[in-house]
Amino acid sequence: MHVRVRGDRVEEARLEIYEPPRFFEALLRGRAYTEPPDITSRICGICPVAYQISAAQAIEAACGVAVSDAMRTLRRLLYCGEWIQSHALHVYLLHAPDFLGVDSALELARTAPEVVQRGLTLKKAGNDLMALIGGRAVHPVNTRVGGFYRAPGRADLLALVEPLQGALDAAEETVRWVGGFDFPDFTHEHEYVALRDPDRYAIEGGRLVSDHGLDIGPEGFEERLEELHVEHSNALQAVLRGRGTFMTGPLARYSLNFDRLSERARAAARAAGLRETCRNPFQSIVVRSVEMLYAVEEALRIIDAYEPPDPPAAEVRPRAGRGCGWSEAPRGVLYHRYTLDEDGTVLEAVITPPTSQNQRAVEDDLRRFVEGHLELDDAALTHQCEQAIRNYDPCISCATHFLTLDVERSG
Amino acid sequence: MTTATAPKGGGTEAREARPPRLAVWKFSSCDGCQLTLLDCEDELLALTERVEVAHFLEASSAGSEGPYDVSLVEGSITTLEEAERIRDIRERSKLLVAIGACATAGGIQSLRNFADVGTYARWVYAHPEYLETLPTATRIADHVTVDLELRGCPIDKGQLLELIGALLGGRRPWLPGVSVCQECKRRGTACLMVAQGVPCLGPVTHAGCGAICPAWGRGCYGCFGPAESANVASLARWWRDYLNVDAATVERALRSFNAAAPAFAVPDVDGSGRSRGTEAGRGR
Repeated sequence: MHVRVRGDRVEEARLEIYEPPRFFEALLRGRAYTEPPDITSRICGICPVAYQISAAQAIEAACGVAVSDAMRTLRRLLYCGEWIQSHALHVYLLHAPDFLGVDSALELARTAPEVVQRGLTLKKAGNDLMALIGGRAVHPVNTRVGGFYRAPGRADLLALVEPLQGALDAAEETVRWVGGFDFPDFTHEHEYVALRDPDRYAIEGGRLVSDHGLDIGPEGFEERLEELHVEHSNALQAVLRGRGTFMTGPLARYSLNFDRLSERARAAARAAGLRETCRNPFQSIVVRSVEMLYAVEEALRIIDAYEPPDPPAAEVRPRAGRGCGWSEAPRGVLYHRYTLDEDGTVLEAVITPPTSQNQRAVEDDLRRFVEGHLELDDAALTHQCEQAIRNYDPCISCATHFLTLDVERSG
Repeated sequence: MTTATAPKGGGTEAREARPPRLAVWKFSSCDGCQLTLLDCEDELLALTERVEVAHFLEASSAGSEGPYDVSLVEGSITTLEEAERIRDIRERSKLLVAIGACATAGGIQSLRNFADVGTYARWVYAHPEYLETLPTATRIADHVTVDLELRGCPIDKGQLLELIGALLGGRRPWLPGVSVCQECKRRGTACLMVAQGVPCLGPVTHAGCGAICPAWGRGCYGCFGPAESANVASLARWWRDYLNVDAATVERALRSFNAAAPAFAVPDVDGSGRSRGTEAGRGR
């Protein structure tokens, strides 16, 4: 990260991401329409289901197929597993150590093993849900365009009820725990962008809305958002055309969908000191914990009413066309678009992950945050900036553990 | 596998009982293999009592310079910086284990090896000139000596624990190079290819996943890479003759997460002598 300071003003804050490019959008060209869910899941081992479901939905749209409610619900259940494991990983293993002044959860385990154990219990509940439906927790094998290879039976899912009930208490305790952390007094005014569903907290689909009146379906995404390639970073940056910086992810999702949370999740949020809108990125750890609680509850609700989709996958015949799909990855909106020829060969692929959408907002926050903390020496400032970046749980979350801060002070 | 000897720079230190130092490294990859270590929820805390986690960015800000007793390396080499960094890590590691398809065969990003990376860059980025990248994605063993490999995209948790347990116990890990077919037999899954006519890479794919895909009713897609003495040409002929699978589909099946593994080179089953090694099927 590069910061240029003149006097008490920060003139520039640049986050330089040199994650080596892997060219997914290029290597997808020439592949069969059935392949993007498996291939794109390899973009992120922490949120593979988000990639699988966004990809499958985009291809279904290109082929003119709408899956049944039962199918959508089973996808949502699998997705709950991913939210639980990803949020548990971030809250306990990546973010909480920052607030507690320790280097890692492993270090925390020496003084508070029961706390780390609670985090691992939650993470395991999420992973077990993913493995039961998907075959394995990292890069599940059971998802496909149209649905699933095999739908789990009711009895299979009932085996998860007991561990999930344990996770429910652990999740509620987590919200209480993180609610007691000290948060820097820092807020932002970025436009919040998230999916919204008429009936439930948006996870696997919905319309894209904002607190400034945006309200679009997936086919409107590229018209309204533009991806820029800037010299200092290998991650493309997205802006809202004519409006600029915006923010996606848990804070946006929560603030735009508070009314869609369960009563229990809303009560836990209030008790932990959150209002219906949260604009302090440092409190994202509380919001993630509230979402984790919701995801556990939602998984239990879905299992309670579960009927396997029959057949386990809708028939999807290839045709020439273009289709868009999106969903709420744990770290924000994930958009895919595919253009297919009549045989179903992928001609073009576009993938916009949440990290690229948030990069501008992160840089803006860092600039303002550094400006408020110029009295710190570079080492202390580096640590605080690492924490500020981890607020967004970017795909580079762990990479920020070796942030090099280059401060150019003058005047 | 190298036998256990005193760590570099450790005379008296080596004789004292200190926990072995474990380091986890990431190159071009998705983080899923190193996440598998954190997914050992039931074993993780017990494990950290037996080993010192000396470098693991996904789990800790703290890190030591080494030397390390064991380095687990995830990802493939796609930049010059990575090529230099892996040599440095090798120098500081007594035992180096490549984990996952990227580290052992280049991973999905090695599809660039069969295409032109300049074209790839233009398709994805407005300013390809900003990028610093190599024309190929290569496995760790192409750059430094690798002592052990764990296969898979991602690796299997059970195999990872077997590896760590074996290293702690000073024995060789049990990681048989047989095919996925043997795991189906052990699991009691009826052969999908014989019984249902589903194309399956199981006969040529390295075991280790527990034959998950066939158990879920889909053909193996080869994410553990080639088994020992895999006969890919024979399987490709079988697919063609008995399952009516066309050559383009065979090629796509082999060109995935372990595309750059030599044993998964696309065989010339139609006897035309035409090489399917470079252009075909790409960039249409």
